[in-house]
Amino acid sequence: MKNLSRRDFLKTSGALIVTFSLAPESALAQRLDGASSNQLDGWLAINADGTVTAYTGKCELGHGLYTAQTQLVAEELSVPFDHVKLIQCDTALTPDQGTTSGAQSHPTNFNQGSLALAGATAREALFEMASKRFGVAADQLAVKDGVISVKGDTAKKVSYAELVGDKKFNLTLNTRAKRKSPSDWTVLGTPVPRIEIPAMATGQFEYVHNVRLPGMLHGQVVRPPTYGSTLVSVDENSVKGFAGIVKVVVKKDFVGIVAEKPWQAMQAANKLKVTWSPGSALPKQSEIHDYLRNKKPTRDTFLVNSKDVDEKLGQAAKVIKATYHYPYQMHGSFGTSCAVADVQSGKATIYSPTQAVYPLRSTAAMLLGMQQESVHIIFRMGSGCYGINGADTVSYDAALLSQAVGKPVRVQLTRKDEMAWENYGLAFVIDQRAGVDKDGKIIVWDHESWSPTLGGRPGGNTPGNVVTGLLAGFQPAAFAARSPAPDPTNFGNGNNAVPSYVSGTVNGRSGGTGKIRSERVLTHDVQSPFFTGPLRSPARLQNTFAHESFLDEVAAEVKSDPVEYRLRHLSDPRLIDVVKAAAKTANWEPRATRAAAARRTGVVSGRGIACVLYEGDNGFCAIVAEVDVNQDTGRISVKRFVIANDVGPISNPDGLKNQLEGGALHGLSRALNEEVTWDDQKITSIDWRTYRPLPVGADIPSMETVLINRPEARATGAGETAVTVVAAAIGNAVFDATGVRLRQIPFTPERVKAELAKRT
Amino acid sequence: MSMIAFKVNGRAVILDVDPSTPLLYILSDDLALRGPKFGCGLGQCGSCTVIMKGQAVRSCVTPVSSAAGSEITTLEGLGSSEKPHAIQKAFVDEQAMQCGFCVNGVIMTAKAYLDRNPKASEADIRQAMANVLCRCHAHTRMIRAINRYAKGAKA
Repeated sequence: MKNLSRRDFLKTSGALIVTFSLAPESALAQRLDGASSNQLDGWLAINADGTVTAYTGKCELGHGLYTAQTQLVAEELSVPFDHVKLIQCDTALTPDQGTTSGAQSHPTNFNQGSLALAGATAREALFEMASKRFGVAADQLAVKDGVISVKGDTAKKVSYAELVGDKKFNLTLNTRAKRKSPSDWTVLGTPVPRIEIPAMATGQFEYVHNVRLPGMLHGQVVRPPTYGSTLVSVDENSVKGFAGIVKVVVKKDFVGIVAEKPWQAMQAANKLKVTWSPGSALPKQSEIHDYLRNKKPTRDTFLVNSKDVDEKLGQAAKVIKATYHYPYQMHGSFGTSCAVADVQSGKATIYSPTQAVYPLRSTAAMLLGMQQESVHIIFRMGSGCYGINGADTVSYDAALLSQAVGKPVRVQLTRKDEMAWENYGLAFVIDQRAGVDKDGKIIVWDHESWSPTLGGRPGGNTPGNVVTGLLAGFQPAAFAARSPAPDPTNFGNGNNAVPSYVSGTVNGRSGGTGKIRSERVLTHDVQSPFFTGPLRSPARLQNTFAHESFLDEVAAEVKSDPVEYRLRHLSDPRLIDVVKAAAKTANWEPRATRAAAARRTGVVSGRGIACVLYEGDNGFCAIVAEVDVNQDTGRISVKRFVIANDVGPISNPDGLKNQLEGGALHGLSRALNEEVTWDDQKITSIDWRTYRPLPVGADIPSMETVLINRPEARATGAGETAVTVVAAAIGNAVFDATGVRLRQIPFTPERVKAELAKRT
Repeated sequence: MSMIAFKVNGRAVILDVDPSTPLLYILSDDLALRGPKFGCGLGQCGSCTVIMKGQAVRSCVTPVSSAAGSEITTLEGLGSSEKPHAIQKAFVDEQAMQCGFCVNGVIMTAKAYLDRNPKASEADIRQAMANVLCRCHAHTRMIRAINRYAKGAKA
């Protein structure tokens, strides 16, 4: 694999465009929110052969974004799909778009900004050039396949390549450049097959795991036995004489081995005698939720507070209360994380599956004691990530080991090292209270939650937020205690802490999706005993589980149909539409939820619904679940999902369906099976016997997706909507089937049986 | 170290290796094949699966010594992007993956099973896939792709 500079790269690809190091340093260039470069030449180039090279800071994670972005560029420029070559996430080549996360790639790159705006700006510039050339107004021109012609005089035509091939545009992005109307789309909005899939299906695709550099060695790390353990000593003699050993590397508490072959490194890492100090005591797993509720100090936040909640609860005809519990869960990426680093002669090149090439450049530089200009991060796809898996930490591992030996080193973590030390998805405790009036309408909603935090994404300056950074001597971000919570100053619902049914009123402005005016949402972050970080739909899934289960409880209490009851309290027309669409497709029969099982033994059936406006502004989704519950075994079998989703304009309907289907089953696996476990000393979920996702052959539901296309709306994310609503929909269906309310994830057979046994 | 000879995708291979080395390391490191992958190293997930003597074998827990004299087929040995095997084509047609990291295990396990059980029902196929994981949970499409291939193979 050759290491190319942007300039070399462009020479070989035939285009001459400005390099990032030469681009004017705009204030935007270093922002981590994806705003990135405002220079058109930083985003795309027309090559001499008429093909287009485009650059994006949002990477493919298995969700189809590479193909969708290629469609976007082809569409905006009216060139054939296969004439676009997209370069993703390389600190020497692509714009700095921060992190590919939070379902933010569509909002960032498919609206009036960034990559979409670059396409629109380029098209307008090309039309202006053609307009001058032919002496006709731009609106008298048409374009097809990268050739602009004069309407009604097709002899007058000029290709993009003739206009600007191999030359710079020298333009800033025009924030008012007109995007192509979705009604004219021929590439975007169609189910273009994913570019990578033929190579993946035939074992030809290059993952980061397949990167091979000349002279490359192989590393393994030796992690401490548990949290809080520090290094006492390393006995290098314990691996003396082992074949292929190049070096034992120690840097503060970081220990690793470099060998010629991966199996040699693996064996030596297993045999290396390392003495560690005892770790810190862990809270008992069975008491984790009480631990979170009582842990001090806290960081308290009001999302909304109408300040009349206690008064309204006092006035309510009835007050309903419930508490929900969510466990720590893990990304558990299927392939363990891998990176290849080459650190020598004062320069570092790291091939990494990171979601954040520019932030990683900055933190890797800190770790290596280098200037960030000397560090080059090249994204290569890893195994599906679902948030911060081991991608950043293994990049640090490879970099430290390579620096120690001055040669390229590849590291792929063991299954245990991946699972025992990842940044887990958040455990949660959520208290809900609602007051209803005499007509059964909710007049007040009170929500209070506790969830743990430690570390997370390293961002641009906190390598200690993941394990390798910590071991190498950096601290995780300090916990910023704050109590009591200040009044909110504006409304935001990025974590979906605010239920869909309240008005979300802050300073007189309502930003929510519901009608309930008396509202209080108070959250408490506390320090976690384990590393935590974003896991597909972080906090949003946990909060939505509690909100959508609780709304269902209240509906059952007042004997209302769960769909009708939702609609009665919602104000947002698009959220209403997805609820209606899911219910209609599922042939939802209006009736109150059954409060008791048809019989107490054997298999009973039920249906449930849940909905969300993901992140408060980033995609609408509703799901209907139909379940069978075996009351003798406690086993839940989900028979059917109907998923209605509205992302605004749909870039690729098949890609969207794939995301919704996968998200729903990922949500199912997490709702029924997944929980990180530990004993009094250490994490015990360390392989696929001790952490058990749904296997491919599992009994899975039939799935129908209803895609609501809104071409004129803002583009929003799709990767995290379905996963967010599944747990509540299943729990609600189980209640409909059995009369038993499941308030703790996962819904294991043992837990279901225990709850069934409590029925009087 | 000892000399071990076997065939991979029709190509003869002779290696001087530590015979306890798991076959996966030989395939993915020494032979630079991209089909079989390290997923767990414990034989639990399926990502390292190859077909050896007609059986799906988890190469991460198979010592290379036990491959001596065998004919091994890996994912790239079935077909290429240009000329995919029918089961690979079914996965492409169904767009039956997301990150694609697990697809080696899914395809090789299904193919080895269907080669031996061409009349398998969907329930049989699910049973055969009971110890194969896909963390993107593209299960629906994968089962559809396997069924599509199975039907075509029967026809």
